[in-house]
Amino acid sequence: MTLLEVNDLHVTYAAGSGAPVPAVRGVDLRLDVGETLGLAGESGCGKSSLAAALLRLLPSGTTVTGDVLLDGEDVLTMKPGRLRAVRWTELAIVFQGALHTLNPVQRVGDQIGEALRLHAKGGGNVTKRVGELLELVGLPARRARAYPHQLSGGQRQRVLIGLAVACEPRLLIADEPTTALDVMVQAQVLRLLEDLQREFGLAIIFITHDLSTLANICSRIAVMYAGRIAEQGPNDKVFADAAHPYTRALAAAFPVIGDPAFRMRPSGLPGDPPDPRDLPSGCPFHPRCSEAIEICPRTPVELWPAGELREAACVHVSGAPVPR
Amino acid sequence: MSTAAAHSPRRIAWTRRRRAVSGAWREYRHHRPGMIGLGILIAVVAMALAAPLLADPSGLHVVTTTQNAAFASPSDFGGLGTDKFGRPVLTQFIWGARISLLVGLAATILAVLIGSVVGILAGFFGGKPGGALMRVTEWFLVIPFLPLAIALAAILGPSVKNLIVVIGITSWPSTARLIRAQVLTLKERDYVDRSRALGASDWHLMTRHILPNVSPLILANTTLTVPIVILSEATLSFLGLGDPQNASWGKMLDDAFEAGAVTLQAWWWIIPPGLGIMLVVLAFTLCGTALEEILDPRLRDRRRA
Amino acid sequence: MSARLVTGKLLGSVATLVFVIVFNFFLFRVVETDPVGSLFRGRNLSQSQRVELTKQFGLDGSKAHQFVRYLEQTATLNLGRSYTTNQPVADEIRRKAGPTIALVGISSVLSALFGTLLGIAAAWRRRTAADYSIQGFTMATYAMPDFWLGMLLLTTVGVGLGLFPVGGIVDPSSDATGFAKLLDQAKHMVLPGLTLTLAYLGEYAIIMRSSLLDTMREDYLLLARAKGLRDVVVRNRHAVPNALLPVVALAAINFGLVLAGAIAVEAIFSWPGLGLATYEALKGPDLPMLQGLFLVFSASVIVFNLIADLLYSYLDPRVRPS
Repeated sequence: MTLLEVNDLHVTYAAGSGAPVPAVRGVDLRLDVGETLGLAGESGCGKSSLAAALLRLLPSGTTVTGDVLLDGEDVLTMKPGRLRAVRWTELAIVFQGALHTLNPVQRVGDQIGEALRLHAKGGGNVTKRVGELLELVGLPARRARAYPHQLSGGQRQRVLIGLAVACEPRLLIADEPTTALDVMVQAQVLRLLEDLQREFGLAIIFITHDLSTLANICSRIAVMYAGRIAEQGPNDKVFADAAHPYTRALAAAFPVIGDPAFRMRPSGLPGDPPDPRDLPSGCPFHPRCSEAIEICPRTPVELWPAGELREAACVHVSGAPVPR
Repeated sequence: MSTAAAHSPRRIAWTRRRRAVSGAWREYRHHRPGMIGLGILIAVVAMALAAPLLADPSGLHVVTTTQNAAFASPSDFGGLGTDKFGRPVLTQFIWGARISLLVGLAATILAVLIGSVVGILAGFFGGKPGGALMRVTEWFLVIPFLPLAIALAAILGPSVKNLIVVIGITSWPSTARLIRAQVLTLKERDYVDRSRALGASDWHLMTRHILPNVSPLILANTTLTVPIVILSEATLSFLGLGDPQNASWGKMLDDAFEAGAVTLQAWWWIIPPGLGIMLVVLAFTLCGTALEEILDPRLRDRRRA
Repeated sequence: MSARLVTGKLLGSVATLVFVIVFNFFLFRVVETDPVGSLFRGRNLSQSQRVELTKQFGLDGSKAHQFVRYLEQTATLNLGRSYTTNQPVADEIRRKAGPTIALVGISSVLSALFGTLLGIAAAWRRRTAADYSIQGFTMATYAMPDFWLGMLLLTTVGVGLGLFPVGGIVDPSSDATGFAKLLDQAKHMVLPGLTLTLAYLGEYAIIMRSSLLDTMREDYLLLARAKGLRDVVVRNRHAVPNALLPVVALAAINFGLVLAGAIAVEAIFSWPGLGLATYEALKGPDLPMLQGLFLVFSASVIVFNLIADLLYSYLDPRVRPS
């Protein structure tokens, strides 16, 4: 059963002076109830803009076109009252747990309580419910009285997760939830998310630039580049045998422990992600692509089928006859 | 000219500084409020410098103006009217600019000089001597400025020199605190350690490394201290502590008030000196804010956002 | 907020107060080498008169002796005698404190309140005409000398339009009592109060605006919106409390300034408070009076700084020792 359907989403930021910045340039997504999708890409590829667009959280002046159908209802055309009711109760975001993601002068328990009270999910005793949520994410209930600066990065991340599931949403967007954490804590947080996903049947969109964190938690993976999806497919297939050169480069950039050949293999991607206002012609990846051929700058790419339930936006996959 | 001389460290440093300054100026030109402030300042300074050409100084002395009508409005007398003694207000305004600007700039330089020295020494040396310096600074910060300045001025007597000294030695603490904070962060930078490893003396470190890096902050702070000093001078002069021989704009307002200009509604006497003070304060504030935005990278983002 | 924090700050304030008391003495006594001589400049004094006057004003004995006597007297709140009225300084101050407290108190509160509200309005509507006009207005009032503003108001509204009384605290010809008297006093307070309020609200507006602009970029506001809160609630419950912190810090500094500003403004409106007393003491100079007033001003600023400091610690959990 389809929970989320995104059709041809475009997000364009207004710039103070100069040309507007197209951060998302036509993205389609589909997510079923309980399904988990990983969204990977470098900084600036548009993944966080995509996440913010799903709840209309972009700054005023930003142009958003397309549809975002949540259970059939288009979020982009909802009335403000309906939007505010839907936020957090149907779809919630787990933000990156930096120090200023939480209000520095409010106790974390009160910040969770605020969401419960707003959507009347306290069940009569908000304090008790807050305690239960904290324990759910592995924190003692009395930590509700703490201020954000008194918690470690990992603890803050857990608070954000507890806050996100407080109103029992069906879809969770995790935006770089493990990026600022060290490896041990990363593993704990990932395990927590997996447990919650299983227990509550949550659909999750897991956004990250670190492909390796998606290995266990997501059933499907989408890779974004320059505001568009470059490749989409089942987790194991995308990891083992990526169809798009960019995905291959992303996967190669992260070390595989125990693989002696890794050290010898050239890895890492040359160049920088393109400026959204000045994209290369044809395939936006071609200047950095090790497999670019003569037609790449001239051919507008779209997502072509690359196997069962897979697609990739690369001419090598398009099926059209090209010299290999 | 040998290549060696052209690329000497001194020469390179100065070229870099020149380029930084011209870069900053280019940015400043785009800052509308800053340019407006600069324009006002240039106009007022020009007027003050050209005072002998613009207004006959004999108009400042009571003996020469007794034949003029007292409290004459501009429509009757011309210019900006006359005061209680028949002296033309316009003449006093033009010559008063000199005193207000002189005290403003001189007292600011004095305050910033003391403040910077104390700040750099306190930040650089730390420990006991640094702590002691900061304790003294904090005490002076707590004492309310105006009562202290009033006390000092009352004791020393009213003169331009005394005003400069009084305001200068009561306004340095906030500069000292600001500079010290900056020096503390600069002290942690790597190049200070490396320089010390090479055998640099404290003096060398302070003058060649710390001072050039703290100069932009000193400049911005100076420009923002001038308005405070000018308002302080105006208040002290208004309270009767100004130099009667060399009347600043503040003193003009004191004279006006004492002479009953308020009751007589002699607006031509009341408005110009206050307006002058207000414009100069505004101008320095605009320039100072512009400088701060250009020199402090953090504030720059907010401007673009 | 622990008792230890409060006691620590309290002790700090007491130490500063002691410093001020000591400094006060040296300021007025040590600088002046021949107080009696300069006071009675131009008059011939016989030796016995000189000795008598010196004793009367407590100027006899060595400096050290005088210092000890000064400390004893200050501890018992004996602040000497005024040179001009020969009344105890402490009494004069007691009498004149009330009007100043009323004027400065109300003006401080109003300038903080309206300045902060204007700052919030400007930040929330940034880059619109409202923002620019508020910025222009606040910059202009900040740049004006407060006493000049007083003179302008007095001349136009007071004398010119005759809307409000032009001086003093009560109408000397009336003998009203009770509520009618209070009303009369309030009417007299309008112009000086308006002057002080306008003069100092500018800085609050500027600081609040810039603080709120910084706060509005913070991530926790995004989180608050994502939770489903209305924009107004996001602003008032999350943005403003964080943005207020620098304003509270400013209030501490500003109180000293308003108090100082009151000196000139009271002079203009003949408001019978400590400011006017200072202005008149300057004419002498009435040194004991000035010394007493200096002490009172400094002590008030110290106390107010302490209150603001404690308030800030209460509002911002990050500065409390955990």
